[in-house]
Amino acid sequence: MVTSETVIVLALIVPAAGAVLIAAAHRAPNLREAVTLATAAMLFALVGSLTPELLAGARPQARLAEVMPGIELAFEVEPLGMLFALVASGLWIVTSLYSIGYMRGNEEAHQTRYYVCFALALASTIGIAFAANLFTLFLFYEALTLITYPLVTHHGTEEARRAGRLYIGMLIGTSIVFLLVAIIWTWAIAGTIEFELGGILRANASNATIGVLLALYVFGIGKAAVMPVHRWLPAAMVAPVPVSALLHAVAVVKAGVFAVLKVVVYVFGVETIAGMTSVEWLPFVAGFTIIAASIVALRSDNLKRRLAYSTVSQLSYVVLAAALLTPLSIIGAALHIVTHALGKITLFFAAGAIYTASHKTEVSQLNGIGRRMPWTMGAFAVGSLSMIGLPPAAGFVSKWYILSGAMATGQWGAVAVLVAGTLLSAGYLLPIVYRAFFLSPAPADGHHQAHGEAPLTMVIAVSASAFGTVALFFYPEALLALSRQLAGPG
Amino acid sequence: MISSHLPILQVVVPLIAAPLMVLLRHGALAWLLAVGISWTALAIALALLAEVAGGGLISYALGNWPPPWGIEYRVDSVNAYLAVIVSMVAAVVVVYMRRSVEAEVPRERHYLFYTMYALCLAGLLGISMTGDAFNLFVFLEISSLSTYVLIALGRDRRALMAGYQYLIMGTIGATFFVIGVGLLYLETGTLNLADMAARLPRVTDVRPVLAALAFITVGISLKLALFPLHLWLPNAYAYAPSAVTAFIAATATKVMVYVLLRFYYSVFGESAVFSALPMGGILLALSLAAIFIASVVAIFQDNVKRMFAYSSVAQIGYITLGVSFDSATGLTAGIVHLFNHALTKGGLFLLLGGIALRLGAVRFDAIGGIGRAMPLTSFGIVLGGLSLIGVPATVGFVSKWYLVLAALERGEGWIAFAVVASSLLAVAYVWRFVEVAYFREPAGKIAELKEAPASMLVPAWLMIAGCVYFGLDTALTLGGAGDAAKVLLRGTW
Repeated sequence: MVTSETVIVLALIVPAAGAVLIAAAHRAPNLREAVTLATAAMLFALVGSLTPELLAGARPQARLAEVMPGIELAFEVEPLGMLFALVASGLWIVTSLYSIGYMRGNEEAHQTRYYVCFALALASTIGIAFAANLFTLFLFYEALTLITYPLVTHHGTEEARRAGRLYIGMLIGTSIVFLLVAIIWTWAIAGTIEFELGGILRANASNATIGVLLALYVFGIGKAAVMPVHRWLPAAMVAPVPVSALLHAVAVVKAGVFAVLKVVVYVFGVETIAGMTSVEWLPFVAGFTIIAASIVALRSDNLKRRLAYSTVSQLSYVVLAAALLTPLSIIGAALHIVTHALGKITLFFAAGAIYTASHKTEVSQLNGIGRRMPWTMGAFAVGSLSMIGLPPAAGFVSKWYILSGAMATGQWGAVAVLVAGTLLSAGYLLPIVYRAFFLSPAPADGHHQAHGEAPLTMVIAVSASAFGTVALFFYPEALLALSRQLAGPG
Repeated sequence: MISSHLPILQVVVPLIAAPLMVLLRHGALAWLLAVGISWTALAIALALLAEVAGGGLISYALGNWPPPWGIEYRVDSVNAYLAVIVSMVAAVVVVYMRRSVEAEVPRERHYLFYTMYALCLAGLLGISMTGDAFNLFVFLEISSLSTYVLIALGRDRRALMAGYQYLIMGTIGATFFVIGVGLLYLETGTLNLADMAARLPRVTDVRPVLAALAFITVGISLKLALFPLHLWLPNAYAYAPSAVTAFIAATATKVMVYVLLRFYYSVFGESAVFSALPMGGILLALSLAAIFIASVVAIFQDNVKRMFAYSSVAQIGYITLGVSFDSATGLTAGIVHLFNHALTKGGLFLLLGGIALRLGAVRFDAIGGIGRAMPLTSFGIVLGGLSLIGVPATVGFVSKWYLVLAALERGEGWIAFAVVASSLLAVAYVWRFVEVAYFREPAGKIAELKEAPASMLVPAWLMIAGCVYFGLDTALTLGGAGDAAKVLLRGTW
């Protein structure tokens, strides 16, 4: 009988060991990619095998070492981390499939390095998801930043170098200057940094301290891309498309909003800070990010840039939902991490498929492309619906919970932001679908050679993620069961 | 029983080895002897640390002359911890020396090089063992004089100038120190440090004591390169032979920090230094200045070795910053950073020595694309750099955690922010190396470079691996530093 502690440790070791094997197989690309897929599948199975236990109310732990007195390298699986780990490991399978088509189709260099870093990024992500305390979370948070740096700068061009600087500068910078201080401060106040449902700062901190600490956490977790700490994300679009999928859907930004949500629920405690005046600024910042990023997306002609700002906006839905501090919205926040991941990965896969098949990057070039790439653009349409929050796509479910939370507690400002955000996202996504299917292509001008669908593995990946988006709308029970446990007892 | 003589053996073994090396007049044999004494020193230091763990004290009367008349060696958690740092670095660097010295020092001078190394080691260990002020001065001179020679042996002609510069500054420092000791002797009539501490409170004539404190502070600060008395350091580190840079960067300044701590806490007394005088404030201001100014200067260096030399000035600032807090947490932070920085900077300079061996220079414009030519060396430098930044799972993180905690404990959030903000400057200079090493195409000579030889790579990576290991298992390092801080704060020695 394998204990759950072993499973947790294995979930960390498997992707790391996979990375070693991938590096060893660098001369045989087919074997190398097979290792990636097998590792991804194994990781998903490992993470999934913990789910029944979790639903039964258990909280499996693995405590590895005491790093400093009272500060452990330790893991504890709870519902939110489970959701995140499931999403990340599940989408890794799809992304790997997609990567094979993309990296080969575009004849990218340094493919072994790419797959190695990808696998290590997943190991770090699992570390973040299962972290039992702020130290472990911080450790893997930084590791994820560092290990994704070679991915972001994959092309090694001047532009990639500059994007990499911004990436490292903003993410490492905010995490060291704000997040680390917040963590040490929490330690100084509470005497512990272990995550605990209901929070660890109950009676030990004043109203003002809580407000400052919350700001340090929210802006220190740069991966959540709350304005003005969002600039690294659009810049990182210089990376290959599957890397964007990793950043936007699988791991990086999700690690950010996951950490924010985790800190609100497990460090501050929803009930502890619900009535405090010093935390009232957070909905405004999140709301501003939602609206402002949507407007930038609306004005971007470059497809990837539009999607990047859409991510900035959608991430703040999670932050806003957390900031509403009601059980319903917390459930919505957890769900939105999952549904946005599925929707956004579909959109990025589609963008990459378009690029691989036709080398088009601008929205204005996409007239009529739906006729040539029906699968890809069909999936894009599904992803768009999910982003906007319309049925029959999963985005509807999470937005429903967030909106219900806002209405139930009469936070009408938030309701207004949610409605406006929905309209804006329809405004920047639907025209793309419309162009693709209902406008006729521009007359041939040399750029537009004939092309069909993207390579098969890419089409499979994009269809699979679109299918998942729809499936989650019809069968959200497992997700809901997990996220309801977050809302606390009763 | 030989075990009761460990404090003196710690010093005498390398001291006797030095003349033996001169008599041998043979480079390889001298090296073997150097390896032997360095490893013996480490074994002795570890045995001493184990013996005094938990607040113990060893008093050893030299030649059986009872203190305070004879010279006393007095070992507690503080000096034992320091001796471990010094001998650990020595034990690793000495292995590395053979190849590196072969390439950088003329053959006929090899045995002299190892002689100087043995003297330097004896001096540094002597400082950390002795409980006698004048004996301390003698060892200070032994270690300093041998260091000047070692630096001047550098391949670059500027090494002579750097050695000379250090000679002048170091001599001034030592002179100041001995003037301070002289004043204390006048007032107390003893040179035994513990005895001196016991007699000082009864001294009615306070002004000479204050003058002594001032002289000793300035003298030691010169030797430990406290900003703005650090001007000798960048050149000395940049032009010394690679192995020497690694050895002195990891040990010499650390030993001088120990001397400062010893005089502040065990001789003058905490209240005299930090309550009656504004030493805490002065140290705080100088430390912050060191951290920020030296880090900024580091960013603009065009020689990688010099860049890390300036980084050392900044890192010494972190150590003295911890001291300036005058609290258990602050002292722990400072003392653990002695160890952590020795490991990090030692490893970094050893790796740079590998590049120097293959390429002859470590200028930024000469090493473009080195990441592909020497992948292990380059990746090691990146890891060491991450430790300088203070990324979790490296030793740098442990130091930073305690420094920030110490600042927050004092309720001075701005210092906490200053500490973490200064890490960003480290990001800037470390990333400069990353971009040059990995984003430039290897051109010309670089493309044909081989990785550094194993006899250099293994010791260097041992230190870098230590940076990660002791970043995750701090029982020894942090435990030792905590003990040392407790002993210092107890006051009596």
